[in-house]
Amino acid sequence: MTVAVFLEHHEGELQKGSLGVLGKAASLGDDVVGVVLGSGVQELAARAGGFGAQKVYVADASELEAPLPQPRVDALAQLVREQGIDTVLFAASVLASDIAAGLAARLDAGLNWDLVDLAAQDGSLVGTRPALEDTVYADVGWTSDVKLALFRPGTFDPVESGGNAEVEEFTPSFEDFSTQATMVEQAHEESEGPSIEDADVIVAGGRGLGGPENFSLVEELAKALGGAVAATRAVVDAGWYPYSTQVGQTGRTVSPKLYVACGISGAIQHKVGMQGSGTVIAINKDPNAPIFEFCDLGVVGDLHEIVPKLTELVKQRKS
Amino acid sequence: MARRPRPAEYPPQFDAREFVDEPSDPPDERIEVGILIVGAGPAGLACAIRIGQLVQESPELAERLGEVPVAVLEKGKQPGSHALSGAVVNPRSLRRLFRGEKRVADMPFYGEVEAEGVYFLRRDSALRIPTPPTMKNHGNYVASLSQLTRWLAEQAEEAGATVLPETAAEKLLVKDGRVVGVRTGDKGRGRFGERLPNFEPGSDILAKVTILCEGTQGHLTGVAIDTFGLEGESPQVWALGVKEVWKVAKPLRRVVHTMGWPLRPQKRFREFGGSFIYPMGEDMLTIGMVVGLDYRDADLSVHDLLQQLKTNPFVRKMLDGGERVGWGAKTIPEGGFVALPKRLHAPGLLLCGDGAGLVNVPALKGIHYAVESGLLAADAAAGALAPGRTPWTPGALGAYDDAVRESFIWSDLKEVRNMRQAFGRGFYMGGALAGAMTASKGKFPPGDHPTELDAESPAVRTDRRRRYPVPDGKLTFDKLSSVYLSGNRTRDDAPNHIRVRTDVPEEIAVMWEQMCPAQVYEAQDGHVEITPSNCVQCGAITAKGGRLTPPEGGSGPEYTLT
Amino acid sequence: MKIAVCVKEVPDAAVTKRIDPNTKRLDRSGEGALNHFDSQAVEEALKVKESGGDGEVVLVSMGPARALDSLRKALAMGADRAVLVSDDAAPGSDLVATSRALAAALEREGADLILFGQQSSDSDGAVLWAAVADRLRRPVISQVAELTIADGKVRGKRQTEFGYDVIEAPLPAIVAVSDAINEPRYPSLKGIMGAKKKPQETLSGSDLGLDAGTLGEQGSGTNVVALADPPARGDARKIEDDGSAADQIADFLAEKKLL
Repeated sequence: MTVAVFLEHHEGELQKGSLGVLGKAASLGDDVVGVVLGSGVQELAARAGGFGAQKVYVADASELEAPLPQPRVDALAQLVREQGIDTVLFAASVLASDIAAGLAARLDAGLNWDLVDLAAQDGSLVGTRPALEDTVYADVGWTSDVKLALFRPGTFDPVESGGNAEVEEFTPSFEDFSTQATMVEQAHEESEGPSIEDADVIVAGGRGLGGPENFSLVEELAKALGGAVAATRAVVDAGWYPYSTQVGQTGRTVSPKLYVACGISGAIQHKVGMQGSGTVIAINKDPNAPIFEFCDLGVVGDLHEIVPKLTELVKQRKS
Repeated sequence: MARRPRPAEYPPQFDAREFVDEPSDPPDERIEVGILIVGAGPAGLACAIRIGQLVQESPELAERLGEVPVAVLEKGKQPGSHALSGAVVNPRSLRRLFRGEKRVADMPFYGEVEAEGVYFLRRDSALRIPTPPTMKNHGNYVASLSQLTRWLAEQAEEAGATVLPETAAEKLLVKDGRVVGVRTGDKGRGRFGERLPNFEPGSDILAKVTILCEGTQGHLTGVAIDTFGLEGESPQVWALGVKEVWKVAKPLRRVVHTMGWPLRPQKRFREFGGSFIYPMGEDMLTIGMVVGLDYRDADLSVHDLLQQLKTNPFVRKMLDGGERVGWGAKTIPEGGFVALPKRLHAPGLLLCGDGAGLVNVPALKGIHYAVESGLLAADAAAGALAPGRTPWTPGALGAYDDAVRESFIWSDLKEVRNMRQAFGRGFYMGGALAGAMTASKGKFPPGDHPTELDAESPAVRTDRRRRYPVPDGKLTFDKLSSVYLSGNRTRDDAPNHIRVRTDVPEEIAVMWEQMCPAQVYEAQDGHVEITPSNCVQCGAITAKGGRLTPPEGGSGPEYTLT
Repeated sequence: MKIAVCVKEVPDAAVTKRIDPNTKRLDRSGEGALNHFDSQAVEEALKVKESGGDGEVVLVSMGPARALDSLRKALAMGADRAVLVSDDAAPGSDLVATSRALAAALEREGADLILFGQQSSDSDGAVLWAAVADRLRRPVISQVAELTIADGKVRGKRQTEFGYDVIEAPLPAIVAVSDAINEPRYPSLKGIMGAKKKPQETLSGSDLGLDAGTLGEQGSGTNVVALADPPARGDARKIEDDGSAADQIADFLAEKKLL
């Protein structure tokens, strides 16, 4: 079984998500190859060896310069056919999702998405994916010859093992229709911090903050942790923070690795928006707050004292 | 001793005239239908089905009613979304409605009542007492009103009715002294009433006859009673019912009613009500608490009394190993016969069902009266549209009132009049009076008992809250979890549809806070904070000093099992 | 200009969405509703039609016969026609089978612009358009927060993790709109009442030249093997602040390798 991992890159850097998936694939034990597609990416490709790839296929072409999906479908389809690859894994992103789906149609290959795990069971591959707002976990499989999978962003951390991979170049040919979409203007500015849906870390504030001015405590902690700020319905209703940051039944659903809830009681309307989070820490002065029923670390105390101290400690430990 | 404040002393800003208008849409934009029914509940849908039958039988009527013979407006997401009741249904009117084409076996009932029991509860015990004759349910069926309504809506559509969900009827359209239709509510307004980018104005819907089947606290029903001077001899009063649906491990095999704990029996508290526990098939049951809204205790929360009730060992046993799967709340008109409007019609207008107060309180029945009144309204409307007649000459629709007075609705309600008012004197006294009334079929004791508006009840703080169970998420729950389970996902920036004073004394603020099963009101430092998007439109605030107006169509709860 | 919008009916139960343990698929027996994200695509199609002055908006969907109820809501918004691909063999179709059926129906329509919503609320899938585009052999732009049509080309402002790209493609093209693109209109009452009269066509697999083996589970490339509860959160720790809470939290984060 040869597993290929699509390695997304941006501005000269291999994306962390892709490298994480590469590490996972390597741990499954079969032949693992990376795939890097772009323009002027030879050197980048070699670095993938340090993260679990034994070999990296590279296609370098002007058609692959812009981060557009369809030429990449052509390249991957060709590689799969030529090299007899039977599994292609992707870390989900706007680009990767489009490529994976296009490839699924091209090869009539099954695609499972939003996976949080992958395992070999009795000789076949089984993925795990949450469903229904993370209240149910489904084991999913493939019935097609070629198997495609998209992993939830941030699921696996890259494991650096050092070393360089063997790089093999290949020359893809492109369909006419694949190059019809053209990049007029490419995004190159990072917005200020991740949006709450993409963030690995979220610090959220609720009514326990006491007033809108205390959101600065939340913002400082979020900044120190490199995360985004979120808010509950109650404080958004009260005008303390914008609706775009509202997490919950009538706001957004998030599943970061870390969710720090400050002064949030944990009503179910809020819970359903963040219950898929990896680790939940709650700080609230009410020991009976429902949030203490579904967090990993519950702290009963005054957030006005705890949060600033925590922010300092985080800054210290990170430096 | 300080005077106790009454909610009625803090009336909201509300004038029925605000909700009466003349048609204003240009002719090419207005919508014309034959008969317009407001409310897709049992009354409205029975009416629509009956009109469908009559249209089939009479080509003249079909022609007179036009391209859209009957339209039914429903403010909920779909028929059944706002429907809630116990319920044990007397099928007689449904049988009459379907004339053999559909049988009880075709209707989504949960089975015939096999056995029943009435219990007097104390905190840790339950004592069986004889079933009062008014509560005997032989031959009746357990139903989820939400499901029954959904089924009736399908029948209505098959019968040719146009059902329009997510559509609130906001204003009564009156021209030259007669009702010519309704204006529907706007959509796409923001929290302060401002127009959002997807603002869609309401429409004028014109009809030859408008039939209001809005259910408890019907908005336009109240407006119509005011506008046409239809108030009954006694003001209407309400009870608040809060109920849950549970999946259970052991089937419940009988219909259970309880009285007593956790309500206080002393007269000064005026806590009239009890609970019901009905089996829903083999693996579900529904349990609800009903309390008259003329109670005095500001700290009384029907939602939490229900949670308390579940801790009684007799009740708890029924729920062991089970799981809560549904929740809802709604008011029930309890004034009975003396609170009925003095007429149920006005030029171009008919009033049906719970909106008109057609509820038999001691028997806890209203659904079959709703269906019967819908049927009679359909017949009267069609009659007033017979060749050579018009529905808006004064008294033309009077045939409806005559028919209702000749029907079992009237005789039933008359027989049990005053039962509720008697209980205003406390449980034991009321029990004695009620027994006397039943035994004498309403003739004893003589005299009609006065009713007081619910909002006139003074509010008194007590320490009752200490006894409400702390929610454990398995047997007992908090209000926000309940609101979630009602399926309510009203958008947060919807305009505030509740008219209520927010600068009120603490007792009133606390009373509203505790009264509301959906945690819409919060008493905070001398004023009331409102979260209108929690509202499940039960109507309690209207009884207790505020006024609900119809929110945006499609908002509110999405009941399925209630 | 002909605009096709791919829409889907999804389970609407506000609370009780569940997976049927027998089929291991979403229980769709309850209420259905138009996928909210698709109504945004419908809104965008209507805007394009209105700004162009004339044109036709056609809804294309795959589902059971009763999905027509949800399609009517989109017709009430202003779409002109609905085409529903409905076949007994179709339930259980995954991306491979669904994209095949939709592509066949879309091919038949020959639209200039094909729109999709951002994702579907039942499978949380955000992939269908790319698969359909590959089968139709036409360019695709996804996550479009702003759309303009000029000179036979569509230009989309695409939202990515890194900011906004601007991408252009000649028509016919496929565009998937992001949820930031618009707020769908409420249908007017007239629209609702008129929806029933608009043309609604149902096509079976064979009408599209697809045999049963290409639909449903048979035509799919994936399956659901088992269902389980989410992993338990593990032992929750609860502490009371005695002045050292911040340190304890920092230690906890370090322990979990989150710091």
